[in-house]
Amino acid sequence: MARLLGGVTSSHIPAVGNAIANGQTQTPYWKRFFDGYEPAKAWLKKAAPDVIIVVYNDHGLNFFLDKVPTFALGCADIYENADEGWGLKPVSPFQGDAEFSWHLAESLVEQEFDICTCQEMKVDHGFVNPIRALYGTLEKWPVKAIPLAVNTVQHPVPTAARCLKLGRALGKAIASYPEDIKVVIFGTGGLSHQLQGERAGLIDVDFDLECIEKIAAEPEWMTRFSNSEIMARAGTEGIETIMWLVMRGALRDDAKVIHKHYHAPISNTGAGVLVLEN
Amino acid sequence: MVWKKHAYEDIPGTYVFDGRTAHASYAINKMLYTFNDEKCRDEFQADPAAYCDKFGVTGKLKETVLKKDFLGMLRLGCNIYFMAKMAIPRGTSVQDAGAAFQGITTKEFQDKLFQRAEGMIGKMEKIGGYWNG
Repeated sequence: MARLLGGVTSSHIPAVGNAIANGQTQTPYWKRFFDGYEPAKAWLKKAAPDVIIVVYNDHGLNFFLDKVPTFALGCADIYENADEGWGLKPVSPFQGDAEFSWHLAESLVEQEFDICTCQEMKVDHGFVNPIRALYGTLEKWPVKAIPLAVNTVQHPVPTAARCLKLGRALGKAIASYPEDIKVVIFGTGGLSHQLQGERAGLIDVDFDLECIEKIAAEPEWMTRFSNSEIMARAGTEGIETIMWLVMRGALRDDAKVIHKHYHAPISNTGAGVLVLEN
Repeated sequence: MVWKKHAYEDIPGTYVFDGRTAHASYAINKMLYTFNDEKCRDEFQADPAAYCDKFGVTGKLKETVLKKDFLGMLRLGCNIYFMAKMAIPRGTSVQDAGAAFQGITTKEFQDKLFQRAEGMIGKMEKIGGYWNG
């Protein structure tokens, strides 16, 4: 049977990809941010998953605004990164696991999560940068990867409560897959940030740390907030933090905290790395 | 016919990209989306006004595009991620746009980000269990 070993969170902002591509990870600005990934990388290396499921949002590479699925699951053998228009060089394609994806899709729909299934899906920086931060930038990726895109760009976006429930359904879906594979889920994006408006540049360290603590120990806490309330605290783009709840919901309630890392500012954001072991 | 009111509309200095905004700015966001493709970027660069016409980008929005007034584009409902596909290659970062919203320099904007993070190590130590090198 498939085993879910744990979950890892990561920022996915473009600047992370740029810093890696430009060899800046040990500059004074970036050092603390990237060094804090080392324990997460070590845990991941030891866990050695066969497949990672990356929960992220597309920022206008695969999805335009003509069709915006609330939840979209990659169900392909391969996922290509591509030109996003602003200069980050695309990385090597990622190998998927179509059989596993279709199992997940069937199970999720049976559990009344009517997700969009994608047999072609370009993956943008939201998917790529956490993998680069946690595995390095490689010609051949050492793990299969499945994209699970959550709409956090065009409102209405799903509630925190819905994301946690999706995670719980995903956990059941993984556990019911008959093949003996090891799985890890990445919850990406966040934490507090706002890119536009007179309130641009908002970072709320207190809220970010509370999110890390509560998502680890008591994720129901976050489901008490409406999306308006989350955006009031964490900024419009800080709403991405709901994607951490998909990861958290898939894990056992008593998942163990292996690593906590927080750094701000990184570009416009507060950035958190949380490693939970199932 | 009315657009429903949302609690997030009362958050100061904040423009949430929702159906109402997306509906009004569909044509320009569609044009900006094509900039994922280098050929489209080149076609736009060769004749920006004709490219706007091709996508039905007219009036004030067209003016802001031709003037490379990225702040104006955002104020008129462009999505920040789609706008970035035009602005970043032309030397305007997302931080530059954020600073422009507040009428401050990008350096001042960046300084404010650091100010907002002040005391974070102490806060983490108080909670406990955080990596710190």
